[in-house]
Amino acid sequence: MSESRGLRSWLTTTDHKRIGLLYFWTAFAFFLIGGLEALVIRAQLARPESHLVTADTYNQLFTMHGTTMVFLALMPLGAAFFNFIVPLQIGARDVVFPRLNAFSYWVFVLGGVFMNASWFLPGHPAPDGGWFGYATLTERQFSPGPNIDFWVLGLQILGIASLAAGFNFIVTILNLRAPGMRLKRLPVFSWMTLVTSFLIITAFPVITVALVFLMFDRVFGTAFYLPAGGGDPVLWQHLFWVFGHPEVYILILPAMGIVSEVLPVFSRKPLFGYTVIVYSGVLIGFMGWGVWSHHMFSVGLGPIADSVFSLTTMLIAIPTGVKIFNWIATMWGGSLRLTTAMNFAIGFIALFTIGGLSGITHASPPADLQQTDTYYVVAHFHYVLFGGTIMGLFAGIYYWWPKMTGRLLSERLGQVHFWLTFIGMNLTFGPMHLIGLHGMPRRIYTYTSDLGVDRMNLWSSIGALVLGVGMLLFIYNVWRTRRHGAAAGPNPWRGATLEWATTSPPPPHNFDVIPTVRSRMPLWDPHPPPQEPSPGPVHVPPGSWWPLVSAIGLPVMALAPLVHLWWVALVGAAIILFGVYRWAYEPFEV
Amino acid sequence: MSHGASAHSTSMGLDSRKMAFWAFIGSECLLFGTLISTYLIYQGRSVSGPTPGEILNIPVTTVSTFDLLMSSLWMVLALAAVQRGDMKWAKIWLLGVAIGGLIFLGFQVYEFASFVHEGLTLRTNLFGATFFVLTGTHGAHVTVGVLWMVTLWVRAVQGKLGPEHAITVEIAGLYWHFVDVVWIVIFTMVYLLHK
Repeated sequence: MSESRGLRSWLTTTDHKRIGLLYFWTAFAFFLIGGLEALVIRAQLARPESHLVTADTYNQLFTMHGTTMVFLALMPLGAAFFNFIVPLQIGARDVVFPRLNAFSYWVFVLGGVFMNASWFLPGHPAPDGGWFGYATLTERQFSPGPNIDFWVLGLQILGIASLAAGFNFIVTILNLRAPGMRLKRLPVFSWMTLVTSFLIITAFPVITVALVFLMFDRVFGTAFYLPAGGGDPVLWQHLFWVFGHPEVYILILPAMGIVSEVLPVFSRKPLFGYTVIVYSGVLIGFMGWGVWSHHMFSVGLGPIADSVFSLTTMLIAIPTGVKIFNWIATMWGGSLRLTTAMNFAIGFIALFTIGGLSGITHASPPADLQQTDTYYVVAHFHYVLFGGTIMGLFAGIYYWWPKMTGRLLSERLGQVHFWLTFIGMNLTFGPMHLIGLHGMPRRIYTYTSDLGVDRMNLWSSIGALVLGVGMLLFIYNVWRTRRHGAAAGPNPWRGATLEWATTSPPPPHNFDVIPTVRSRMPLWDPHPPPQEPSPGPVHVPPGSWWPLVSAIGLPVMALAPLVHLWWVALVGAAIILFGVYRWAYEPFEV
Repeated sequence: MSHGASAHSTSMGLDSRKMAFWAFIGSECLLFGTLISTYLIYQGRSVSGPTPGEILNIPVTTVSTFDLLMSSLWMVLALAAVQRGDMKWAKIWLLGVAIGGLIFLGFQVYEFASFVHEGLTLRTNLFGATFFVLTGTHGAHVTVGVLWMVTLWVRAVQGKLGPEHAITVEIAGLYWHFVDVVWIVIFTMVYLLHK
């Protein structure tokens, strides 16, 4: 790239490290928005019969909290690390299709902005049908406003971003590995990125078709999910959860990959059972496709379907349990360094295990029928997605921050952040198990005192506040580190994988010489292979405007059903076509 | 197309663009799989007519199916011509594929128009909704394929397509054959085995 500073360089960048940073900051902003929505929810539920927000606003808050956290915060935070770390870990100069990578990012931003723009329109018609969007509630008859349209269209846009990234990372990991890096030497984080990418490219087409059906019902008057026309709302549930359960693993596998990197480095021991951990991840990827109906036990699918899905759900706990034992065995007898990253990784194991165990309790249909739609389920999946994914992501943030920025985050502030998060998380979601077992239903904007859950709800809300304080501390830590953070050097943690073999932050071309690999942990190799001398300057691809231009066409197309002007869709399609042709025929040498 | 993806030797020994395209085809299988499954699940569940048996015109669609199958053959010939550097025949066959695709789309426009005329629209019943969304999605794929073929043909006419670009033609061919295979499944499931 001719210039390396300024707005233009960021709008046209195809450098995986810059795109990784863009992903990080954008996803972190959405994470704060989703967190703010959660805080309002907890403020509303802090006491019984509260009227802080109306029931309608509450519906919007929990819908957008869930949708934002899943699609705009956790998935793209994982993608930030896919982008920044995976090419470095496998010893590549970039991803295989740098412009497609930029396209993924821009589509993600525009899709997120598109959906959240609904907050700012007259009457703020933000989506309000839950992140699961069950038909027939989401049909035009029961949701006449544009709220659900924003959701349906926004998710279709976001799906395209995920699909494009999925293809890119599959080929990058399979095809751009450094010499000697066989698949059985691939770092676990890159392995989990590969499995996640396969899940993305197979699960997202299903939700896309489900959303297209819903869009046709709402816009063109079909009856895909309308019983009056012979349609079946249960079809939506099947299609949503056929996507939705692999999606759960799309969210957790990257975090499992991160802790598999962090635990060995801070235990000064190789990962225990590398092969078994990798195979377990692959097995989870396959088995994740066979458990979706456990989200639907209350539909009444019949004893055979219930038994089969109950069994598969219990079975999928096995590879997950295998991983947990392997992580513990990795720490066993190691010389542990309890850095913030390590604390978050250990916190991940503890909390994810709790979430996994409560998950097994509703693998049994009779038990699930008591728990479904109560706060017990909310407790369960927050232990998995907060206790699991977010703790894992923070382990990754503290671990890789020095690589991404060249400076170490403050350990002192980090430790306080960890403990506030760990305590706040348990205080928020722990009581929800009991609140749920007392019978408090999910997605209802308030409750009465006779349920006997007043005090537990108050504790839960206090816990959310603690989490908020912890987050402010993290933001301060990041802010402070810009100027005052200690310089990291290439390998501050004495890590073993290739991202630590280059400077922090790495140069645009990553490595002066592509390293040759002879073992699973090249930087711990007692006899590293001789590296070739530097061949001189390395060609770095220039930036490109066309990924951004092509991406802009998508939200323009999505405007058409909202404004009921069909030529708008043609304008959007024309922008995409123009962008793609310029993209295809611009000179761009990788 | 950028040439960078295959410029360096790859870990798996397979061109990166081709590998990405195979992954894309795998993804598309799930897309069409979901559409076809929905069609089959909803078969016979329309609460009013017209039904498939009353309205599907198998002889006419057999002709358009034959046309699409032939276009796949021309695609094979186009790729072979590009690979051996015979650009005269490459241009002929590429244009042939595009025209074959256009003929198929013409048949589909005729079919859709006559169905609407006979009283079957998206909104008429479940058959209409599932049929139009499924075959319409396939038609959209054929349209993209036709644009692709015309683009390759224009490049060939401009003298910018040679044997060194055979891989781009091969990938376009993968797409075309895939769309063709999907149609064979649709033709069998929707037309020949209708209830």
